[in-house]
Amino acid sequence: MKNYDMPIFAALIALLLVAPLAVYPVFLMKVLCFALFALAFNLLVGYVGLLSFGHAMFFGFSAYISAYTVKSWGWNPEFGILAGTAVAALLGLVAGAIAIRRQGIYFAMVTLALAQMVFFFCLQAPFTGGEDGIQGVPRRALFGILDIRSDMNFYYVVLAIFAAGFLIIYRTIHSPFGQVLKAIRENEPRAISLGYKVDQYKLLAFVLSAGLTGLAGSTKAIVFQLASLTDVTWQMSGEAVLMTLVGGMGTVFGPMVGAAIIITMQNYLAGFGEYVLVIQGVIFVITVLLFRRGVVGEIAALGARLARPREETVTSPATATH
Amino acid sequence: MFELLGVPPQALFGQLLLGLINGAFYALLSLGLAVIFGMLNVINFTHGAQYMMGAFGAWMLMQYVGIPYWGALLIVPVIVGATGILLERLLLSRLYHLDHLYGLLLTFGLALIIEGLFRKQYGSSGLPYTNPIPGGTNLGFMFLPWYRGWVVAFSIVVCLATWFMIEKTKLGSYLRAATENPTLVRAFGINVPRMMTLTYGFGVGLAALAGVLAAPIYSVNPIMGSNLIIVVFAVVVIGGMGSIMGSIVTGFGLGVIEGLTKVFYPEASSTVIFIIMAIVLMIRPAGLFGTQR
Repeated sequence: MKNYDMPIFAALIALLLVAPLAVYPVFLMKVLCFALFALAFNLLVGYVGLLSFGHAMFFGFSAYISAYTVKSWGWNPEFGILAGTAVAALLGLVAGAIAIRRQGIYFAMVTLALAQMVFFFCLQAPFTGGEDGIQGVPRRALFGILDIRSDMNFYYVVLAIFAAGFLIIYRTIHSPFGQVLKAIRENEPRAISLGYKVDQYKLLAFVLSAGLTGLAGSTKAIVFQLASLTDVTWQMSGEAVLMTLVGGMGTVFGPMVGAAIIITMQNYLAGFGEYVLVIQGVIFVITVLLFRRGVVGEIAALGARLARPREETVTSPATATH
Repeated sequence: MFELLGVPPQALFGQLLLGLINGAFYALLSLGLAVIFGMLNVINFTHGAQYMMGAFGAWMLMQYVGIPYWGALLIVPVIVGATGILLERLLLSRLYHLDHLYGLLLTFGLALIIEGLFRKQYGSSGLPYTNPIPGGTNLGFMFLPWYRGWVVAFSIVVCLATWFMIEKTKLGSYLRAATENPTLVRAFGINVPRMMTLTYGFGVGLAALAGVLAAPIYSVNPIMGSNLIIVVFAVVVIGGMGSIMGSIVTGFGLGVIEGLTKVFYPEASSTVIFIIMAIVLMIRPAGLFGTQR
């Protein structure tokens, strides 16, 4: 089948360029940050088959780093974001080295536990401001020239960051490196027998995913001028899982569709308080039971069925599209 | 008054007892997780919510029906276990043919639903539950509240009874055989799907039992389970899920270590189990009692 990924991406960016004319830019920035978060998470679960239940540690911790360097050290936002990204990648190196020692379900539990450790660290460490978090992070001029106090201006910066993150992930999964990752996902013992140092590939993918999650987290801290404990909780890790699952694990566009759906939903349901949790749980259950391929995965499967009406189309959720 | 390593013995033994109690909950919960995982290959993320349901069950029986603690100790695990059986039959059993991760995701979603509903109904502040055996005794080196002694003793008995049932009885040998090779066991005419259902109900019942035990100690609140379950996951990773006795020993041991950390280095008490998990993973990835699978 012909690959329409790039035309779709171009159309999406074109749409996003004019979107702030119709939609509140802060909302769009939130969606873009979470979309990048989910895309980075999907790099692991969709293409290496590693379900991390602790990605909030990179998202939340990078937000603290970026907020702290910008507010207390007076760094420019671009350096704050870079610092957050770098620290998240470093944290990813440590956490990844520990977590990849187990597979499958254990990997999920180990990442969850490590993230909880980071949560307690953030709760107790003096620089994070405890329950208050770091508030009132200034939006200083980007590169010293571009005024990002206006949401409209900053929106285009965030869009550029998002597009760069997407292209890095897209390039990764279509590179020889990405092919090896998929081979590991499909059959790890075979990849080992072919001579690939599987652990190194997994660790590198983990670091990349952690770093890009950090990019999303530290950008979000500047957008909302806030870093708080919410972003380090296990619920936040669960949200990344939910977005990716709803959009379609292992699909190129699924995570961002999922992020848009979940953030929009949270926006409209904000008045329902505790029911948001219940509704998210219900979506989890329904998706797992009925639409394991997610929105994009189901559409792709439908498209494949229409294109080849006679053939049986058997696609596993993770391999629906590439 | 003598001192041990600069710590007054009252404080030391007091924390040690608290550690043993926490350990009792770790052991009961990780035991349930291990039994369920062995049979169903599902990591039951709902376990924490089911523990919370146990505590709420005791509170509700007392509040609405007037049934005291001792009645709740018998009734609640059965009721919550029955809800578990319903969940397994209606939802979980549809996922056995898929990757194990889907079981984790489903039970995570269920945990969110249960926790959210209880939060909506009862708020997030704790509800009090009266201590059924107030008072205590002075052992000379420490004060032992009767109820805490009861929790430790009773949970040890429950753990050992579970171990005995699985390792030493005929039913247990069916269970272990079905864990090893379900197809072959079915060929011998044993109803493995029903065993899986009952196993899930039993594991859930254990979680609820821990919840009832916890009700008089901790305040009953909707988030009591989700915070605990992550620690229990770490306990399970440290112990490995291969051995029943391993889960029990690891649970109690880590509770005690956590208690001691509270005495000597309180800042690390909430993270010490995760740090131990990281160290164990580096040295023995399969866990202390586990076999890599």
